[in-house]
Amino acid sequence: MSEINAEQVAHLANLARIALTEEEIEHLTAELGQIMQAVEKVSEVATPDVPPTSHPIPMHNVFRDDVVGDNVLTVDQALAGAPESDGSRFVVSAILGEEQ
Amino acid sequence: MSDLIRLSAADLGERLAAGEVSSVEATQAHLDRITAVDGAVHAFLHVDTERALATAADVDRRRAAGEELGPLAGVPIAIKDVLVTEGMPSTAGSRILEGWIPPYDATPVRLVREAGLVPLGKTNMDEFAMGSSTEHSAYGPTHNPWDLERIPGGSGGGSAASVASFEAPLALGSDTGGSIRQPAHVTGTVGVKPTYGAVSRYGSIALASSLDQIGPVTRTVLDAALLHDVIAGHDPHDSTSIPDAWPSMADAVRRADVAGLRIGVVKELDSDGFQAGVRQRFHESLELLERNGAEIVEVSAPHFEYAIAAYYLILPAEASSNLAKFDSVRFGLRVTPDGGGTVEQVMAATREAGFGPEVKRRIILGTYALSAGYYDAYYGSAQKVRTLVQRDFDAAFANVDVLATPTAPTTAFKLGEKLDDPLAMYLNDVATIPANLAGVPGISVPAGLAPEDGLPVGIQFLAPAREDARLYNVGGALERLLLAEWGRPILDGLPDLSTHELLATEEGAV
Repeated sequence: MSEINAEQVAHLANLARIALTEEEIEHLTAELGQIMQAVEKVSEVATPDVPPTSHPIPMHNVFRDDVVGDNVLTVDQALAGAPESDGSRFVVSAILGEEQ
Repeated sequence: MSDLIRLSAADLGERLAAGEVSSVEATQAHLDRITAVDGAVHAFLHVDTERALATAADVDRRRAAGEELGPLAGVPIAIKDVLVTEGMPSTAGSRILEGWIPPYDATPVRLVREAGLVPLGKTNMDEFAMGSSTEHSAYGPTHNPWDLERIPGGSGGGSAASVASFEAPLALGSDTGGSIRQPAHVTGTVGVKPTYGAVSRYGSIALASSLDQIGPVTRTVLDAALLHDVIAGHDPHDSTSIPDAWPSMADAVRRADVAGLRIGVVKELDSDGFQAGVRQRFHESLELLERNGAEIVEVSAPHFEYAIAAYYLILPAEASSNLAKFDSVRFGLRVTPDGGGTVEQVMAATREAGFGPEVKRRIILGTYALSAGYYDAYYGSAQKVRTLVQRDFDAAFANVDVLATPTAPTTAFKLGEKLDDPLAMYLNDVATIPANLAGVPGISVPAGLAPEDGLPVGIQFLAPAREDARLYNVGGALERLLLAEWGRPILDGLPDLSTHELLATEEGAV
């Protein structure tokens, strides 16, 4: 499989929304290379005839009636831990930058 | 040291029921112990003294009024910080949630409160449960009470250390790849990972949703069973919660008998890769069970050697999406770059400042494993290995009732020893991970002290999904047999922690 380079790690960090420093990117590039080399072992036995398992205990769709439950937070409770709110809504930073 | 803190939860519950002691007295004794030794152990991130005493007083009042109470009513409990607690800070060991006070209780927390248990506080853990040593906690490591320079295991090192050092008789933990069982192994305590879906995950800050399971952390097998009986059961708030009714685990311990029990030893996990003293205590335990009627059979699980590789693809993949919720909008930290920024820049600055190195490592790894072009090769292949590991379990359980392995390869290592080597750290979970991949239950029970270093060793038993009671049967039986041989519980050999605390104070470390 493929080698991991610093450019890729920077791209992944951008996708994951983490503003990594140059130093962190350098460090992670080396570490991820080693880790990926170790985990690539899965390809030795993951042959086409083996079905994948996503969930350890097989279950079918779990439905409930579409009614308001007993554990609904009040607006105040929902906003209590927010970094910024206007009393009834979460306040977010600007969605678009100047160049957009 | 007060005698009250040395009692098992079951014995304390009986003395409370008999009116020989009040919950306020028992709670105060544990709070005093925390004050005396937690400066050295650092098992707790938060201690809720006032509310604990108020809860205890309420249980005492209800008991005095003749109310029918459960067997653990009035018994204190420590709660891993991964579980959200109404009114108590819940950080999951991360800076990004520092100071966050959730508006609701996780289901297992609600159930322990309803059963009259007294939450003492929140225990330390590796950040978002990523680790095997608690060294990845943003708030500093927990120290193993057997040797304060060594790791207490992880991620639930705080819960295990709190019960090992008699700060609490019971604790709740979470186990994604061994985070309940491996800390039990290195601290001489009991830890159980129930069948996936046996205990609700509602309100448990998710690491890897298809692997996480909440379970008991205790000093005795009966205590684990009593707590298991409180927290297990169907919860409509968790769609993966198993709807079946469960038998009493406490009854399984009380009736424990291994006559005729077929125990399979996984030969791939009984190798030179395990410390000599760990293997020695493991085999002695098996011989003891054999002398008491169990049949020991060797079994092979050829795909277990691929389990760690599959786990370190599945876990980061699931974690990278679960941790996307930390977006600096609804809860937790917000860091705004100099001169402001867009919501994306704020999010990236927040996550850079709020996550520690191991969390960043796993998020990037998971993002990579899920990226277009790599998905089939990595995540898809890992899911296939999951099938193969399940088939190994199915084949083994066709011939035996339970499986046995050493819980982890070594006794507690030194703090800092593996911190810079993620791959070496990941290998701690070689024996515990297969159970999470397959959803089957596991228990770690103390098997003695390794002769070469005098540190605790655990033995792990695994049972088929939904057969958790078998673990309590074999674990309860082994505990009773070992206790008869030793003449005292393993934790009676714990060093005097108050001396350590005094020394630390004199040296200015506390």
